[in-house]
Amino acid sequence: MNFFSLGLARGIGAQIIGTAIGVAFMSIWRAALGMPVNEMEPAAVFGGAVGALAFMFGVGALTDWTRIAFGHAVAEHPAADPSQPTWARYFGVSLDHKVIGIQYGITSVLLLCLAGLFALIFRAELVETGLQFLSPDLYNTLMSLHGIVMIAAILTGVGAMSNYLVPLMIGASDMAFPRLNAFAFWVNIPGALLLLSSLFLGGFDTGWTGYPPLSARAPLGMQFFFMGVYIVGLSSILGGLNIIVTVLTMRAPGMTLFRMPIFVWAAFATALIQLTATQLIGLSFMMVMFQRLFGMGFFDPAKGGNVILFQHLFWFYSHPAVYVFILPGLGIISELLPVFARKPLFGYKWIALSSLAIALIGFFVWAHHMFTSGMEEYLRVPFMYSTLLVAVPTGVKFFSWIGTLWQGKISTPTPMLFVLGGIVVFLLGGLSGPPNGTVATDLQLHDTYWIVGHFHDTMFGGFVFPFFAAIYYWFPKMTGRRMNETLGKLHFYLMTPAFFVMTLGQMFVGLQGMRRRIADYDPAQGLSPTHLVVTVAAFLIATSVLVFLFNLVHSVKSGEVAAGNLWASRSPEWQIPSPAPEHNYAGRPFVVVGEPYDYGLPGAVYLQMGDAATPLPPGHAAAPAE
Amino acid sequence: MKHLIAVGILVALTTLGVAAGLRALPLAPIAASAQAGPIDALFGLHLQVIAFLFSLIIVFMLYSLVVFRRKPGDASDGKHIEGHTGIEVLWTIVPLGIVLYFAYLGAQTLAEIRRVDPQALQVKVTARQWAWTFEYPGDVTSGTLNLPVNRQVLLKITSKDVIHSFWVPEFRVKQDAVPGDKMVKDLVITPDRIGEYKVRCAEMCGTNHAYMEAPVAVMATAQFDAWLKQESETPTDPVARGRRWATKFGCIGCHTLDGSKSVGPSWQGVYGKTEEMADGSKVVVDDAYLIEAITQPAAKLVKGYGNLMPATIGADLTADQIQDLIALIRSLK
Ligand code: HEC
Ligand SMILES: [Cu+2]
Ligand SMILES: [Cu+2]
Repeated sequence: MNFFSLGLARGIGAQIIGTAIGVAFMSIWRAALGMPVNEMEPAAVFGGAVGALAFMFGVGALTDWTRIAFGHAVAEHPAADPSQPTWARYFGVSLDHKVIGIQYGITSVLLLCLAGLFALIFRAELVETGLQFLSPDLYNTLMSLHGIVMIAAILTGVGAMSNYLVPLMIGASDMAFPRLNAFAFWVNIPGALLLLSSLFLGGFDTGWTGYPPLSARAPLGMQFFFMGVYIVGLSSILGGLNIIVTVLTMRAPGMTLFRMPIFVWAAFATALIQLTATQLIGLSFMMVMFQRLFGMGFFDPAKGGNVILFQHLFWFYSHPAVYVFILPGLGIISELLPVFARKPLFGYKWIALSSLAIALIGFFVWAHHMFTSGMEEYLRVPFMYSTLLVAVPTGVKFFSWIGTLWQGKISTPTPMLFVLGGIVVFLLGGLSGPPNGTVATDLQLHDTYWIVGHFHDTMFGGFVFPFFAAIYYWFPKMTGRRMNETLGKLHFYLMTPAFFVMTLGQMFVGLQGMRRRIADYDPAQGLSPTHLVVTVAAFLIATSVLVFLFNLVHSVKSGEVAAGNLWASRSPEWQIPSPAPEHNYAGRPFVVVGEPYDYGLPGAVYLQMGDAATPLPPGHAAAPAE
Repeated sequence: MKHLIAVGILVALTTLGVAAGLRALPLAPIAASAQAGPIDALFGLHLQVIAFLFSLIIVFMLYSLVVFRRKPGDASDGKHIEGHTGIEVLWTIVPLGIVLYFAYLGAQTLAEIRRVDPQALQVKVTARQWAWTFEYPGDVTSGTLNLPVNRQVLLKITSKDVIHSFWVPEFRVKQDAVPGDKMVKDLVITPDRIGEYKVRCAEMCGTNHAYMEAPVAVMATAQFDAWLKQESETPTDPVARGRRWATKFGCIGCHTLDGSKSVGPSWQGVYGKTEEMADGSKVVVDDAYLIEAITQPAAKLVKGYGNLMPATIGADLTADQIQDLIALIRSLK
């Protein structure tokens, strides 16, 4: 098989060539205009942008649209190229939402590992006071990249879950806009490459928040960070749009909104945020880019700019973004609990609406990141009230989960372990939130390791644990085999205690006075013993992830075969064979006739599956009103 | 019902245990300001609620896991309970009340710690990469934040370059230092414990952010007044004067006096030395060179250092002050 028949290889090749052409073009252009050529930044940024576009052409994500634009016909559902081995489908453009979901998933796992690796390097540096083996600048760059690559990993992980699951769960044959879906996935790759290339372009030292004026003077790497985030954000917007349309128009007949599997609610609330908030981070970063490139003084005090304005724009997205990261994970928890407790989801409607409530309130709390920023003083108290309100719908979820477990018949295979672990970790994250949301206490806690501990708990509880649960749970649906239980449990029992030690240790040093984002700390504060423990815990987590990776790779080929409804779930995707067939329910559509989670109610039916002989209305039909 | 009673008792016991454990841990540095009292009290209250909610969820969960475990061979489902509107309303309303109460307490505490005493001592705090300077009434500038005990200070905080954040963990409050003409931010602190602490920059501000610390000394009023008086008189010794200007004009933010490396070359031992410049030329450091280096920093660049010294800094200095600085540099063997 020819290497360049893989879309990914073509894409990367095109990106390299495109970047070179862009740099050369802009340098010549500037030289012709008599501008200083040794000023590399404009040429480099232009090259980066051209390279990203070239990737999209190279990989083939724009081929169909180009053909359509020139009046050529394109296939509705192009079949996979039979000359290629099956694995090769995952390395090129495919319009199948399940392939795209898995592509998102692989990207997410790779980025998680990479970002985790960055963390391990600087965690090792923090074992002792003094600088061991990193320079302050390299430390700052690794710390900043750890944050933003993790965020890209989480966003692609969210994409994995919603892309793979939503169409299957609502009985659709694919997403509403399959080409847009492929585009939204593939654009992440050049985005991630741009982000990572910043490491070799002088790095950047602002953390993932990119506050000016520091970001206005940081090395060239900063611009590649901005571009990378901008592009990954584009993916988020398009992906969100696709989910919204899919959920609203492609549900199986009879599937009213309150009969959707609960994960779909979470994905829908998430998509609403992605579609409406992401623009603001793109805008704020673009403004700094333009300040650097064209001397526009948006955030330059010397030109009358205001540096606090940036923070408002930035957090207007970046707080709601937190809910983009966690809502799908919380949806996974709600989705899996009834299966393993063999009981209906307690208070389905409350859980569904709490996702929407969180998404909505999330838009009115952004300035809680700015209590010490020097913004107008009168803003602090109202934002404290709105922030603390988020605790209410979040509490509803916790209580309902407990209500679901109560008097169930609980079993704990690996996915359920990660669900339960996720609940506890997220609980710690949630409970450590109100002290930071309260202005008076935040004046002490802000920008300390307390916050670092707090958000690692929310991110792990709200995303990482549920993501692992989802992988163990739906792996059979994706591959027809299940992952090894023993290794899965080893992964869980290694990671969970280590994780508690890590974040509680982080909170502890934070309370002792450890600031965030510092390469070195004052020996007089006596923090090294705790830092050592935190670092050891971080390496244990990494070890557990190696176990997971081994299990994942091993099980694809040699896992125990699991073709049927392995977990005895009522959800639609488990009523069809594993791995799920090419067009999901094509030829086997279903109608929804009951409630999704009626476990324990004898005779309760959720779906009526049709078959090829007596076809029911196709899955594309919109659901009738309630 | 018996399950609920059992869980109720366990939740109560666990709450007590967790709360006691949290109280036993040293969860904050020494409190050294009047503002620390209300803040620590509010944080303590937060911790108690955290202890309760944590125990509530964890105990229910673990209890269910043990008691409602699926027995081997049992393939039947659990009880069919879809939910309960009354209980959902309850666990929406009660937490709502609690968070509103906390927000109210937070606002109260904030008002309390921000109360400004008209008698407060005003100190202007200027942050720059990567140093702090403190200006007192009577044209006194210092690199150490000296404060009298039990008297309120009103800090007027600003920055020369990027965003920094003024934080002394023992005082419990922080405020960002923001660049811009109108960006002078207030912070009130009433130190109430004599001792030595550190200002620790809490906002990422570039390469040496980790090291952007400045000493704080809280002292008896008499001692503070004596210090302020002494500092407001111009010393007769030119070296001492030079030291003062070096602090006042922020030179020590980039130059050290003890030979250690910083943004600019250390002043120790430079006088009389033959230095290599960025363009490869050699220069003997004498008065004339130093005057040029201070008044036109970009004219010659020392090898290994960037053109980072503020170009206009020399214009702020009088010829005498420059002479004092040279005397200081000469004295640093
Ligand atoms: C923002 C940082 C910064 C500040 C503030 C600063 N300098 Fe400098 N200074 C530098 C750097 C960098 C160099 C080396 C490059 C050069 O020669 O200009 C330097 C060089 C010098 C030299 C030459 C040293 C040598 O070894 O040849 C002298 C003298 C000097 N500075 C004096 C001062 C004085 C006096 C002040 C305060 C009024 C001051 N600097 C404030 C950054 C700074
Ligand atoms: Cu937030
Ligand atoms: Cu700093």
